[in-house]
Amino acid sequence: MAMKKKKRRTDILIFNITGYIVTGLVALLCLVPFVMILSASFSEEKLILKEGFSLLPRNFSLEAYRTVFEKPEIIGRAYLVTTVITIIGTILGLTLTSMTGYVLQRKDFEWRNRFSFFFYFTTLFSGGIVPYYILMVRYLRLKDSYLALILPLLFNVFNLIVMKNYMNGIPVAFTEAAIIDGCGDFSIYYRIILPLSKPVLATIGLFITLAYWNDWYNSMLYINDDSKYTLQYFLYMRINNIEAYKKIIAQSGGMAGSFIELPTQTLRMALTVVVTGPIIFAYPFAQKYFVKGITIGAIKG
Amino acid sequence: MRSKGFLFKVRKYRVLLLMLTPAVLYTLIFSYLPMAGIVLAFKNYNYADGIFRSPWSGFENFRFFFSSGQAFKVTRNTILYNLAFMLVNTVLQLAVAIFLSEIRGRRFKKITQSVMFLPYFISWVIVSVIAFNFLSHDYGIINSFLQSIGQNKIDFYGTPKYWVGILIFFNAWKAVGYGSVIYLSAIMGIDTEMYESAEIDGANIFQRILYITIPSLTPTIIILLLLAVGQIFRGNFDMFYQLVGTNGILFDTTDVIDTFTFRALIRSNDVGMAAASGLYQSVFCFITIVTTNYLVKRVDKDYSLF
Repeated sequence: MAMKKKKRRTDILIFNITGYIVTGLVALLCLVPFVMILSASFSEEKLILKEGFSLLPRNFSLEAYRTVFEKPEIIGRAYLVTTVITIIGTILGLTLTSMTGYVLQRKDFEWRNRFSFFFYFTTLFSGGIVPYYILMVRYLRLKDSYLALILPLLFNVFNLIVMKNYMNGIPVAFTEAAIIDGCGDFSIYYRIILPLSKPVLATIGLFITLAYWNDWYNSMLYINDDSKYTLQYFLYMRINNIEAYKKIIAQSGGMAGSFIELPTQTLRMALTVVVTGPIIFAYPFAQKYFVKGITIGAIKG
Repeated sequence: MRSKGFLFKVRKYRVLLLMLTPAVLYTLIFSYLPMAGIVLAFKNYNYADGIFRSPWSGFENFRFFFSSGQAFKVTRNTILYNLAFMLVNTVLQLAVAIFLSEIRGRRFKKITQSVMFLPYFISWVIVSVIAFNFLSHDYGIINSFLQSIGQNKIDFYGTPKYWVGILIFFNAWKAVGYGSVIYLSAIMGIDTEMYESAEIDGANIFQRILYITIPSLTPTIIILLLLAVGQIFRGNFDMFYQLVGTNGILFDTTDVIDTFTFRALIRSNDVGMAAASGLYQSVFCFITIVTTNYLVKRVDKDYSLF
């Protein structure tokens, strides 16, 4: 007996040690790149040019951030565009998804399966990017329109399925009682189903928010006017064309064209930090709802 | 008679139908209308004539796509990458989930889980900055390290062979937090009585995992794998484009159908060939999704799409 107990303890010990090491290492790998970028953004440009990036900041310097905030309205503009588009898109998308999910789960709606198939079929076959692009640009004439940033991410069938499945779990008795009380179809949605669906609304809302916030693809396809770039695309364009960015800052910042003296590598990193910032602060709160949403999706997928 | 019944129902469901209208219109315009646009694959498109009045070109676009050798290369890359992602992601996420479920330290568990979720929330643009930080020839941390120990620098952005590993790494890196949550929640759903009786029978922790945890997770694993197989012809454009971009030197090992179609459409403005490769992809996607959905249905009806 004593032998057995001891044996069990060692196997658990071995397993736990391995577990701590493996998960610890994976977690470290997930964290280190962010530390590196942060360090680089606070380093001195000269040292990076000489010795490359490192894990910890060397020769602490704020020159990169001073450069970014020399003309804060450039990045501020991209922040504004993304924020407004994310808010509008999330509200509209959530309304559309929840309303549709509600109708499709109404068990007394005879055509619900036909309509469900109408939506599901689009996950099986799609026309692909080419007809979609031509539709947006040539027929809807959405080049350089903010609508081109909102419409593509507004509604998707995956979110619809999660929404519908969650609402399916709400006892039919609520709907039936409301019908007997003379409640209209829209009131049932608005007054009964929506309040009962708060967890899934939070989850899908966050899915949509994240999709808008991280979107650069639609900017790349449809936007030429750089005052309409979303934040991520702004970052992409500036990082890949940092000299042009430096020129703009130098010209307007009263630095009399001395843009060559402005940092390059650390400026890239500081821009990345400024763009990533809000996500780092917001995600621990959002994470809870994501985990919930994944669980809903995984159980009833 | 029938039409009377139909109109009666329209009246009865008018509010519900009205509530469906926005989503139905949206889907018609943005999903079904482009489906009609697949005729572009058989046309010689010009902007002035639009989709429907441009002249027909038969299978010319397809001939070009296949004879250039591109079709084979991008299809091979797409499939092989997806297979590698499936294998690496499943093993890694499963291992992390099992370790997290067994580890005692609550705080350690919570912190590591949160940290692993971080990459999921950032855009691929930021991932590409991170990749540059590691891999840059002049300033990358890997090359700084190699130099400091007296080794030669590696030109990552000029050497295709490294990118298989790099792409698999970043794909796994971004998905590990999200994916392990799925398995972790499945593990939480396992009946604890099974573990208790195994304990009484003197099973050690490895036996417990091998004979209880993994078999209990098998349906989840199979379903997630099947769903991934359904998407095997689809490349993650965001990732490939942000990490590789327009760096043609690397295309041999990094070009997937999606990036190829995109370049044909936007960069070289070859709408016909882009449409041909897009249609080719859509058809194969359709076949794999329908097949895997049929299989998913046989494993567990709740997970199938329709």
